[in-house]
Amino acid sequence: MATIEISHVSKIFKDSKRKADIIALDDINIEVAKNQFLCLLGPSGCGKSTLLNMIAGFEKPSAGTVMVDGQPITAPGSDRGVVFQQANLMPWLPIWENVGFHLLLRGGQKAVRRATAQRYIDMVGLTGFENHYPSELSGGMNQRVGIARALLMNPQVILMDEPFGALDEQTRMEMQNELVRIWQEHQGTIVFVTHGIDEALTLGTHVAVMSARPGRIREIIPLDLPRPRDITSPQFNEIKRHILDLLRSERAKSSLETVDHP
Amino acid sequence: MNISRFRRLDRYIVPVLILAGWEAFSRSGALPAALLPAPSTVVWAWADWIFGTDGNTQTYSGHWLLDMAASFSRVLAGFAIATALAVSAGVAIGWSRATEVIIEPTLQILRPIPPVSWIPLAIIWFGIANKPAIFLVFLGAFFPILLNTIHGVKNCDRNLIRAGAMVGGGNRQLLRFIVLPAALPSIFAGLRIGIGSAWMLTVTAEMVAVKSGLGYVLWDSYYFLRYDLVLAAMASIGLLGFLSDLAIRTVMARVLHWQRNTTIQRGGE
Repeated sequence: MATIEISHVSKIFKDSKRKADIIALDDINIEVAKNQFLCLLGPSGCGKSTLLNMIAGFEKPSAGTVMVDGQPITAPGSDRGVVFQQANLMPWLPIWENVGFHLLLRGGQKAVRRATAQRYIDMVGLTGFENHYPSELSGGMNQRVGIARALLMNPQVILMDEPFGALDEQTRMEMQNELVRIWQEHQGTIVFVTHGIDEALTLGTHVAVMSARPGRIREIIPLDLPRPRDITSPQFNEIKRHILDLLRSERAKSSLETVDHP
Repeated sequence: MNISRFRRLDRYIVPVLILAGWEAFSRSGALPAALLPAPSTVVWAWADWIFGTDGNTQTYSGHWLLDMAASFSRVLAGFAIATALAVSAGVAIGWSRATEVIIEPTLQILRPIPPVSWIPLAIIWFGIANKPAIFLVFLGAFFPILLNTIHGVKNCDRNLIRAGAMVGGGNRQLLRFIVLPAALPSIFAGLRIGIGSAWMLTVTAEMVAVKSGLGYVLWDSYYFLRYDLVLAAMASIGLLGFLSDLAIRTVMARVLHWQRNTTIQRGGE
């Protein structure tokens, strides 16, 4: 049984100003197997974040079902860890309390929370910053805190919404390597939203290429490139060319497709 | 070093100039001395009011502490009730749309009524004593605290609430661990405005409906043409207002210590 099953999912937003419906997602079908690292790749506005938010339980599909471990998703829950585009840390809590926020809500004892948080702080390489506040750390460091917070819940699934989008190139590459290391060491199923082809090809075991308006899955490409991935290798470029072709043909035909209200 | 020493002194320049000018003007005889007592006269009266030095304030000699305590206890009582009710009502209104629909229109209609216009009813209901004053203080402090609490709760970053839901928080936990801490800066802003109104209304109530406190001394001295004592009472009220605001700011700095690095201001000195 697949860990995540998305079947016939559509999402329609009502645009009251234009009196038209926008089809954000149109009949999406994806299965994500256990320990798979799926990258959702597509242009902005293709509904990839919307799809991720549905798995997270923040949004509901207009049609179709999203199941995780055979259970239909109705609300957010700690079985699915989310790493957001912005770190979304509590500015009033020190780093270790942010990492252990899950335990704080569950009413864990301070010493236990502290010790558990420490393991994950070490894992993401923030040892020594336990008592700092988010405002005292850089964007990249805060994103690490966000990752540690999600990992601490030991979730079935980790959902990442362009988590490295706001980081500079160098920091992003460093974070990508580290994410792959953590994923390899601890296993787990990851769905990672990105608009960067290189990022998708560096990280994923699979890439789902999406098209925009209406958001559809163009192709799901399995990647069996060796790790660490060499972004200058011929195989890498071959796949990249293929994806660029997919996106390009998409752009040629794409216009704002809307459906008029009856 | 010279500069930093100058910085320490420069804040006193304007007050000293004003006091010196006032003293000179009062002594020049342009106005009868009784109409605008010189600062030295005010200090003299104030000293007697506080310590009973030479009895020049007659029945008030040495009574300052009692008068101050009377006013202060009214401020404290009214302000505490206002804080408790306004913060809980504000959180409820900001958090739940249903509560907002039920309570908010009524509060918005009551809000524009100036608290002082309640004085007649307050006297009829509570008589001439502490209660009408506390009631007025409550009215004055309640609305600023309420509005700021609502504002703080409503402006809580939705993404933080999402993050809380993601780690498995239920509604009560989201309220307790995210919304409330996120609203604290706004709540404190409301408390600071509220304490200002509280002093204003205590003094007003004491001038009209109560027979003790700094406001009463102020009004009573006016009847007895003791403008030096009027000014001493004004200064006392200003001082206490400043000190109570300072107390709130001190608590705020402790509770909101995480904000220190996120604000532009870095303490000035």
